[in-house]
Amino acid sequence: MLTGLKTFSRRTILKQGKAAIAGVLSCRVLPPGPVFAAGGVLPVRQVADGIFAFAGTDALMTDANRGEICNVGFVIGGDGVAVIDSGGSVAEGRALIAAIRAVTDKPIAYLINTHMHPDHCFGNAAFEGTGAVLVGHHNLPRALASRGEFYLSSYRESMGEALMREIRIIPPTKLINDEENLDLGGRIIRLKAWKPAHTDNDLTVLDEKTGVLFTGDLCFIRHLPTLDGSLTGWIAQLEALKAIRAKIAVPGHGPVPAKWPDALEDERRYFEVLTHDIRQAIAAGVPLAMAIRTAAESERGNWHLFDAYNVRNATAAYAELEWE
Amino acid sequence: MNAQPQRTRSMRHRISLVVLTALLGAFPLLPVHAEQTSVPENAVWSSLKSDVFGDRVIEAANGVIRIEAPKRAEDAAIVPVDLHFNSEKAGRIKAVTLIVDENPSPVAAVFKFGPDAGVTHLATRLRVNAYSYVRAIAETEDGKLHMVQAFVKASGGCSAPAMKNQDEAMASLGKMKLRVFPPKAPGAEAMNRATEMQLMIRHPNNSGLQMDQLTRYYIPAHFIQGLTISQGDRLIMTMEGGISISEDPNFRFEFHSNPGEDIKVEASDTEGMKFENQWPLASSAL
Repeated sequence: MLTGLKTFSRRTILKQGKAAIAGVLSCRVLPPGPVFAAGGVLPVRQVADGIFAFAGTDALMTDANRGEICNVGFVIGGDGVAVIDSGGSVAEGRALIAAIRAVTDKPIAYLINTHMHPDHCFGNAAFEGTGAVLVGHHNLPRALASRGEFYLSSYRESMGEALMREIRIIPPTKLINDEENLDLGGRIIRLKAWKPAHTDNDLTVLDEKTGVLFTGDLCFIRHLPTLDGSLTGWIAQLEALKAIRAKIAVPGHGPVPAKWPDALEDERRYFEVLTHDIRQAIAAGVPLAMAIRTAAESERGNWHLFDAYNVRNATAAYAELEWE
Repeated sequence: MNAQPQRTRSMRHRISLVVLTALLGAFPLLPVHAEQTSVPENAVWSSLKSDVFGDRVIEAANGVIRIEAPKRAEDAAIVPVDLHFNSEKAGRIKAVTLIVDENPSPVAAVFKFGPDAGVTHLATRLRVNAYSYVRAIAETEDGKLHMVQAFVKASGGCSAPAMKNQDEAMASLGKMKLRVFPPKAPGAEAMNRATEMQLMIRHPNNSGLQMDQLTRYYIPAHFIQGLTISQGDRLIMTMEGGISISEDPNFRFEFHSNPGEDIKVEASDTEGMKFENQWPLASSAL
């Protein structure tokens, strides 16, 4: 930090500052979520032969839920295991490893991060020493460089010191540029790096043998989608997503497993309403601050966490769509 | 003997303040976080105030300037802020400084207005990193300073004040868009006197000093430093900006326009790039 600061005068710092963030954010604290793994073994369920997943709770990350708000899982091959997302805390990551060890002794070959968000990769540190190769989208290291320190700071209040203390931002070393297969021994999983959608570093994982698709946060069910990449990009890639020949999906958030591609229907409808409302406001000259108060309001009853994320989505959508 | 320790103490006090300010900026993860759900103390502002305005007196705005900001920064990267100016109260406003106390780069922008620009409203978008006051200090022609502020709670969850689509931001760097809104008052003549327009500039406006976790190098800062908006040869406003202005800097404002004269915009960034554009003053297709 200080080396970076040396060349900057106080005046420069006032204007330009530094990326690292002073202070911390507080999160709206929801009532304790209904289901989370209080113990040492994450309660995973088998969704197909050799594939297990844990369903996170629809909530914001807190110390009470240990950050266990997204769906994570693993695929067991003949030679090793691939883990899809490490969860929202090192504690969750460890509980996931315990769940793996409860069903197989095979080594953990890969830890795949589906994207940059803390609920999916705050558990990475738990996998150090397992020998797992960390895999991610080619944009993931850059995204973590821009945001990692902010995330570590902004979650401190809601997650608490005890959980945050051991969390570290660990970027992937094996990067996926387009599509790539990983051989787990008699079992091929197909990784695909997407163009900006939920984020600019979304990755999906398809198990060819069983047709199980880990969508990362390209698919939200029940939990309002969050927009941190490109709304038009996300919409534009829905067809390509739909065309993936999977039977069932493990969505980033929502029920596990879900029927594919029906799993995409709710978010498609929400995006349609949101883009329609925002485009209409922009065309009418309604300023951002006003437009975001009412956009997509008709979708309120269809989602959990609507109040937590809809205005934010509308803001991002407005800033993106006014360039059309 | 008496004066010496006195001076030493006051110097030490000064130094520790400077060091403290630097440390607060440099080590955001140190445990200063516990009480930040409440309104932060004005200690931050006191220190900032002397850095930015020296010992000048700052009065309460009393209607000279008004600020509108959301209570919560839903998207930390894009927080809309509206400023309204009333020149009848204390004379013409020459300049406005926009500050986000708790940001690593508190001074978001300094706007200076042309003598007959007649700017009455200015809306822009800010990055708000933490629970913070957002304040605007207007300088009137008599040299007095008038301050107004709003408290903004930071967003929860994973909303970061960072770029969402970095490749896109770079791919269309410097692209501008100008919208001119038709007069709101029924029967008002189009393009006459008070005109509302919106200037948008594609730019990542990124902060730099973020460490690349792989290379351990800092990503250099890259942001719009200077902006001049004029109509014909008449200055409407200039902006000296920093990284607390959101990605794709966006300014919506009302001013007194001269019918028929072109709007000109010149912008420059920290890498020495210049962006220029010119538009006839005509209402955009809405």
